[in-house]
Formats: sequence, structure tokens, C-alpha cells
Amino acid sequence: MVSSYEAVIGLEVHAQLHTKSKLFCGCATAYGAPPNAHVCPVCLGLPGALPVPNAEAIALAVRAGLALGCDVATSSRFARKNYFYPDLAKGYQISQFELPLNARGALEVELPSGTKRIGITRIHVEEDAAKNLHGVGAGTDTLVDFNRAGTPLIEIVSEPDLRSAEEAEAYLRKLRDILMFTGVNDGNLEEGSFRCDANVSIRPAGDETLGTRTEIKNVNSFRFVRMAIEHEIARQQAVVEAGGEVVQETRTWSESHHKTRSMRTKEDAHDYRYFPDPDLPPLVVAQARIDAIGAALPELPDAKRTRWRAELGLTEYDAQVLSAHPAVARYFDEVASALCAQAGGAARDEVGKRAANFVQAEILGHVEQAGLDARFPVPAAALAELLRLVERDVINGKIAKRVLSEMIESGEGAEAIVEREGLAQVTDAGAIEAAVRAAIDAHPAQVAQYRAGKTAVLGFFVGQVMKATRGAANPKQVNALLRELLGEP
Amino acid sequence: MTRPGEDAVGGVIDVAEAVRGGARSALEVAEACIAGIRAGDPALHSFLYVDEEGALAAAAAVDAARAAGEALGPLAGVPIGVKDNLCTAGVPTTCASKILEGYRPPYDAHVIERLRDAGAVIVGKTNLDEFAMGSSNENSAFGPVHNPWALDRAPGGSSGGSAAAVAGRLVSAALGSDTGGSVRQPGAFCGVTAIKPTYGRVSRYGLIAFASSLDQVGPLARSVRDCARLLEVLSGYDPRDATSAVRPVGQYERACERDVRKLRVGVVRDELEQVQDPDVRARVDDAIAALESAGADVVEVTLPTARYGLSMYYLIAPAEASSNLARFDGMRYGLRVAGADLTATYERTRAAGFGPEVKRRIMLGTYALSAGYYDAFYLKAQKVRTLLRRDFAAAFARCDVVLSPTTPTPAFKLGDKSGDPLQMYLADIFTLPAALAGLPAISTPAGLSAAGLPVGVQLTAPAFEEERLFTASRAVEDALWRDAPAPAFAAPRGDRSAVSSAAGAPSR
Amino acid sequence: MTADEVRKVARLARLDLGPDEVERMTADLGAILAHMAELDAVDVAGVEPTFHAVPLDAPLREDRVAPSLDRERALAAAPRVEAGAFAVPKVLEADS
Repeated sequence: MVSSYEAVIGLEVHAQLHTKSKLFCGCATAYGAPPNAHVCPVCLGLPGALPVPNAEAIALAVRAGLALGCDVATSSRFARKNYFYPDLAKGYQISQFELPLNARGALEVELPSGTKRIGITRIHVEEDAAKNLHGVGAGTDTLVDFNRAGTPLIEIVSEPDLRSAEEAEAYLRKLRDILMFTGVNDGNLEEGSFRCDANVSIRPAGDETLGTRTEIKNVNSFRFVRMAIEHEIARQQAVVEAGGEVVQETRTWSESHHKTRSMRTKEDAHDYRYFPDPDLPPLVVAQARIDAIGAALPELPDAKRTRWRAELGLTEYDAQVLSAHPAVARYFDEVASALCAQAGGAARDEVGKRAANFVQAEILGHVEQAGLDARFPVPAAALAELLRLVERDVINGKIAKRVLSEMIESGEGAEAIVEREGLAQVTDAGAIEAAVRAAIDAHPAQVAQYRAGKTAVLGFFVGQVMKATRGAANPKQVNALLRELLGEP
Repeated sequence: MTRPGEDAVGGVIDVAEAVRGGARSALEVAEACIAGIRAGDPALHSFLYVDEEGALAAAAAVDAARAAGEALGPLAGVPIGVKDNLCTAGVPTTCASKILEGYRPPYDAHVIERLRDAGAVIVGKTNLDEFAMGSSNENSAFGPVHNPWALDRAPGGSSGGSAAAVAGRLVSAALGSDTGGSVRQPGAFCGVTAIKPTYGRVSRYGLIAFASSLDQVGPLARSVRDCARLLEVLSGYDPRDATSAVRPVGQYERACERDVRKLRVGVVRDELEQVQDPDVRARVDDAIAALESAGADVVEVTLPTARYGLSMYYLIAPAEASSNLARFDGMRYGLRVAGADLTATYERTRAAGFGPEVKRRIMLGTYALSAGYYDAFYLKAQKVRTLLRRDFAAAFARCDVVLSPTTPTPAFKLGDKSGDPLQMYLADIFTLPAALAGLPAISTPAGLSAAGLPVGVQLTAPAFEEERLFTASRAVEDALWRDAPAPAFAAPRGDRSAVSSAAGAPSR
Repeated sequence: MTADEVRKVARLARLDLGPDEVERMTADLGAILAHMAELDAVDVAGVEPTFHAVPLDAPLREDRVAPSLDRERALAAAPRVEAGAFAVPKVLEADS
């Protein structure tokens, strides 16, 4: 695609705040309940009901703002956004307009071309709408379920700093990571707790003014966000190149057709008639409280990965895998710090690397993720105990896998299992030498091959020794002795 | 106080004492009340719904508690009417609107809970101007209310039903709501004491909202002391209302026993001079004289911004109302009139469900908030409101209460003003300022007009200073309304035996 | 206010006004708004708007689940119910 055009993209993310109850009432926020099981006069918009804000929701919103580098307002305001729709119980949504809680933040996104700073205009608090469902059967009605109505959301509005679908996807992934790591949002795109709308426009390359933009809604996966934006950029270019003008409208992404489709264009211009909600006092958050929330911010994914690479010797790849989910990252941190505390002579980065490999290879496959939490086959402390045995050469890696299986099944500790089953490695130099010599003596052909230069044959001898010692020989010693006795190739 | 034979029910404190002491049973009071309503209300139409079953059950519970030696609440056995914009669980709550005809809320308003906890007997829901929008109770979708002092006259509004029921001796007291004067003005027209508390003093949870930054629930009663007891029961912080004040409740009943010596009463001379009705001027003068004789000092104060009260109010209140009434859309409760599609259903439902005054205010409010007009209308009005608050603050640096007429005239005739909305709005000019400033204000009768109609006088105090309102209005009552004259319309006793007992008859 | 503006506002407010009503409304609102013009004379330079007349100090709510309405009661007043949900005229974009 010859780009004499530049794409300009801004993203609006609606992320549900991870609270037990709704923003303005005590109904539960649990997902998946039967329709209208978690409703009350407030979230149903019954006459006479009044909103009372959830303190934890506000705290999480402040946390999100701080994690994203925003200025947090000590006094902000709730405002009513007035419009009619069946999923809007009161005929208005309680949101924030002129005075949002957070403003002027940024997110650094890592791209192949380098790091790019994406501005965040504002992050404000608002309530979610109900769910409209297509009627079942022959009915032409829409069915409305108010379980979701009133769920606390933050709306995160980016500056139009993004220039490609790739950048947009990177931004979203990073944003989601940060929100998950700060416990603000559980990152569940399928359940709709993290939703994204994209504003897309194009302009001649080098132009400063913004072109007409369209809004793309209803994309519920990162892959689809990327595809939808790419498609929309291409579509707009085609329109302009054919001599037409881009129409300002809302478009929806069709998963089946892989294209964006216009929603009703015939709609009265949205005059939301925003005004400060008289039912709610100014939202006051003391600076001391903001500072306390900031001081208690958990380590963000970037910082964590940097630390792991520097102190624990992890590769970028390892670091990404182990930080994909906050509970996994926490688990690995626990394992690593328990190990390193007792590392003794071994270098932290070697210990860390080995632990990372083991966790990735043996643990991740058995982890059950549930929202922001996860269930692990064995507790972190228990795994650390197992890995400590490996570090001390009491057992080798292969034995460790066996022990792990038993730990998972029986719940017993590593040391107890090794002791009971006599799995401790054979480190006695005499026993190892005997086994090595026996292997060498038994296979003169391979000896000759090795000495002729086929160094890979060493592995064969190692295997033989292991077989003879039922896997218990210390591989390092075996290797060293073999080389010594076989001599230089 | 009242002439014997004319009052089968009795005032709040009288009934509470009689029930507590055993002189009367709560059941007897409730039966007399319901019989009286049956006989007398057809002429007034102050009730939209009588909850006979609920009332008799509540009365029986009070009697049982007393028999069991339990402590009784301050309103035990007292029959109370409740304005039909207050949610009563399982009992129709219509706001006098077709759009809520037959609607039964699944919960009680906070003030209803407080009444029940105090042992009150809620007898039914009183008529009002639709959605509390009006000053004559002629905007009810279910028919107007008649002033018991003269049946061809309006009782005032929007709490016209509550005021008429109290004045007509059908109940001991009633709850109303006040947004721009809707408790005080009908109080004045009907010769009863009515107070709008400080904004936030009484919880709005369960009060169907008209203008959220102005609405307050207020009691109407035959005497200042009765009103004080009621307000004390209703007041206090409610965690379900974020605008509810976290502040200890004053001792309003006790305040009635204090005297007004050295109380500084502020009077706005310009305002008084503009009153054209000779009866109103005379009664206000009487009230000033009464307070002076009792030891108060009168000082002159000014409220220069008060003259813009109407303009402020009729921009702010309808704006908030237009948003508050958006929920009446036929989707989840209330009337639904099906249309060809979603938009048509909304439009036809709301057109059929709302009366003309409500529509007018929704239109006005929507316009005042709309793009391009928000700054000039809504925001401007809110800024002028700040100036009004400053005026009051300055006045209260020099006085303890501000005295004014409650209304420019006594009760006008039904039909007199319904042709011209602006004329109707002008009935509120004296009551609007206190509502806009969030300040407590009470109206108490200061005598009758030459034609025998009650004239009320209003006292306003700084925020949360309701106590001095009761002190001062009790002094006015002592001097000018001691015999508590009753309206010509006297509730006939009615036939108590025709009232079914709590053991199982259907209510009306 | 012109009749056209009245019709636009009526649409915003989802009120179906007949032609007679539009005419009356135009007159009524016009008279009321004319009265409001008196506010133009008031100088509000540097004055903050009053969104709350009395300082409000109620605390925020603790994040605790409270019992919900049971579904039957929640749906009791609904004009139409289907499959435990509020049945309303069809909307064009539904979530599922």
C-alpha cells in the first residue's frame, strides 16, 4: 500500500473495575448470573432510588491513573450523560465530563522501531449499561438484562498518537497488562470486562490537521482490533482516492465478514446535555490518600521484566511469558526470591534462569487461571524447596520432574519424597568413576568415534552412565569425568 | 384547641399521648380516621389511595406492643397521610400521573421507614400536582384537590392533598415535599404549619425526584409542636442518599418551648412593600408585632437577588426534572404505549403519560441544558444562585431569622390561574429563595383574611438552624393562631362501624 | 423559541407533540423564556455556579455486596417480560 496517507488512531478503552459490588449500589458484579439476578432499585433506575459511590471503585480508578502517569484530581465531578436507550435504566448514564478524576497521562509502548510514548487524555469513572440481548424465538423484542447495569468502569481515552494497527494492538496489550498487574481489571476480553473502541481517520502524510474520523465499536479481541483498524484505514483510503469524503459515523466490526459496517447513520446528533449530577457531591480524594495509593502500587510489568532480566538473568522471552498474568508473575517472584535468598555461592542470574526454565516447562501447563487469580499445582514455597535441591546438586533436573509429579499428587514436600525414595544423586566420586569406566570399556567403537572428532557421542556415554546409575548420577561430574578419561578429541 | 365534635382524629402530640397513656387505642383512632376520610374526602379529594388494611394492621401492632409493655415510639398510633410521590412498598405510588398509574414500588422510602419505626399509622397516599410540579394541585391527572376552607378554592401545591387532609382534620399530619415551596405554600393556603428543612436534613431516598438539588421532604401539621415532633422523627443521615447530611438532629420539640427574647428577625422592606394583597400585608404586620411583643428585635435586611428567584428556579428545576423524568420511558415499569418502533414507543408513552405542565417543564429543562444553551441558561442560573446564597449569608450576619409572607395572596379560586403558566409560577415568589439557597423555612398561620381564608407567614433560617424556626413560629402561633380555627368544612364523624377490622377486609 | 426548535427539543425529550401542542408550547415557552431574559442583567463575572447549595459531606460506600431484589419483584412492574428479562421494542445493535 503506497502511503501518501497517514493513519491517525485514538483508542477508548472501557475497563471494568475489579470490585465486589457495583459503582452506585451494593449489587454484586459477578459475571454469568441468570438475567436480572443482581439488580436493585438503584441499578434498575426505579423511581426514588439514589446513587452512592463505591469507595473501592474510586481507589482502583486512582490506582489506574497513577499507574498510567496521570494527574489525579483531588476534586472531580460526576456528570449526567442524557440519552434514551433500553439498556440505560435512568435515561442517563452517570459519568464524568468537565472534571474527570485523572488526566494527562501516558503509556510507553515497545515497538520493533523503538519505544513510543502514547498520551492518555483522561481516565474517568462511569457506570456500565445493561445488556441488550436479541429476543429468542419468534419474538421481535429485545431483552434487557440489568446485571451489568451499574458495574464500575474506567474510560481510558488516548490521545490520537497512534499511527498504525500494530501500534494500537501494542498499546492495548500493554494497557491491559498494567491494569491487570495493578489489580484494577481482570483483562477478560471475552467476558467484556475490557472493551475497546477505535477512532480512525486518515490525512495526507505531513498534514497537521485531523481528517474526519469514524468510530469502530464491538471488537472483542486484540486480533480483531488490529484487523478492523487495518481494514478501516484501507477503506477510508479507497474512499478518498475515489474522490469521495469519509463520513463521520459509527461502524461495527463484523467477525464473520472481516470488515467494518456502518451502523445507523440516521440518528439525531447526540446532544447529551451533560450537567453535574445533583445527586452526588463533588468526588473528593485527599492528596494524602492519592499518595498512599501511589506508594502502594505494585511493581508494574515493565519494571518487573527489567528487574528479572538484570538480576535474574532472564531473557526477554522468558520475562514476557512469566509476566503474562499477574498471579503467575507473583508466583515466579516468590519462587525466585526464596531460591536466591539461599543461593549461596551460585550466581543469582543462573539460579533465576534455571528457575524460569523449570517453571515454564513444568508448572505453567498446570496452572488454572481465574480472573486475576490462578491456581498452581504446588505452592511457590514448595517449588522453591524442590529447586533448591537441584541447585545443591542433591537431585538433577530429570529426577526433579519425577519428584514434582509426586508432589502434585500427594501434596508431600520435595525433601521428604527424595529422602523416602532415596532419589538423592550419586555424587560419590568413586561410584561415578566406576560407572564411567564401565561405560567406556563397554563401548570401544564409540570411544574411537569420539576421539576421531565426533564429540556428540559424549551424549551416548552420558546416557549409558545414567542408565547404569538409574539416573541418579550427577550429570556434571559424569560429564567432567568422561571428558577427562576420553581425552581430547 | 379544636371544637369538640369536629375532630374525630386529633393532632399528633394529642393522639400520641392518648395512645401512650391508654386513653385511646390506636385502632380506634385509625378507624375514626378512615371513617372520616370515607365521609369527608369526596368533597376534598385529598387522597388518591387509602390503605385501610395496612393502617389497621399498623394500629393493631401498636396496641399489641402497648399491651405487651413495650416502649412506644414518638408517633405511635398517629394517623399520617403521605404525599403520593413517596415510595410505599406494595402500595400504589403514582405521583398523580398516568404514567405511574397502578405502580407499586418494591421498597419503602427512608422517611416511610422512619415513620413506621416511630409507630405511625400510614393511612394512605395524598393527592399532588403531577410529579410535584404545580402550585394549586390542579395538575393532578386524577382530579384536583379542594381547599377545606372554601371548596371552590385551591389548596395550593404541589402538596395540596397533604395540606387539605391536615386542614380538613382527616389525619393528624401529613408528609409533603418541597422543591420551590410545595409544602409551605399549600401550608399557608390551608392554615397549617409546614416546614421545608435544610437541604440534606431529611433523606430523599424513595422520594420520586423532581429537582434533585432542591427537593426535600417536609411535614405538614396542625400545630408548630406537632410539626416539630414529626421533623425530629424524619431527620438524620441516611447512607442511601449521598446528599444526606452527616450531622446530629436538633431538638425541635424542645425548641418550641424557648422564647424569642433577643431573637433578631430580619425583614425585607422592599419585598413587603410590594405585597399588594391587604390581608397578607396585615397578617405579616401582625406577625412582626407579635414577635416584637414577645421580645424579638426587628431589623431590616436586603436580599437583592431574590427578585430573580423565579427565573433561576424555572431554569434549574425543570433542567434537573427533564433528566430525572427520563426514566419514565415505558420499558421497565409504568405505562407503555406501543409505537411502530423503539423511538415511537418512547414518544407515545411519554406523550400519553405526562400532563401538560410536566411536558412544559421537561421541554423547558431539555432546552436549558441543550448544546448552545447550557451556558446562557442553566449555568447562568446556577451562578446567580450563588449570589442569592451570598445575600442570605450577609442577611444572617445581621439577623437570626428572615420573616416574609409565604404567598402573595390567600388561596385563589380553582381555575383562576390555570390558563397562564407564568401567573401560576408567580405564586411561589416568596418561597423560591429558601429552596434555591438550601435553607430551612417554615410557614405558619398568622391569621385569617377578611374573607376568612388563612394567611401564612414564612420564617427562614441559616442551614441546619431549624430549631429557631420552631421557636419563632411557636411565638407567632401563640399570639395569632392559639385557638387554631378550623375550616368551615369539618370532617363529618363518619361511621366507624363500617370500617372493617384488621382481620381481613380488602382495602379500597 | 421557534416551532422548529420546539419540535427538535421534543424529539430530544422523546415527547410526541401534536401540532396544536407544538403551537401552544411555542407560545408558553416563549413567554417563560422572555421572563428569564431578566437574568441577562445580572453580573456573574468570577462567580462559581452553585451545584450544591449546602456543603455535602456524606462518606463513600464500602465495597460490600448487599442483597439484591429478587427477580420476581424486579420484574413485577414490567410491561413485558420474557425469559427473565425486560422485553422492549427491538434495538438495532444488541450485545448478543
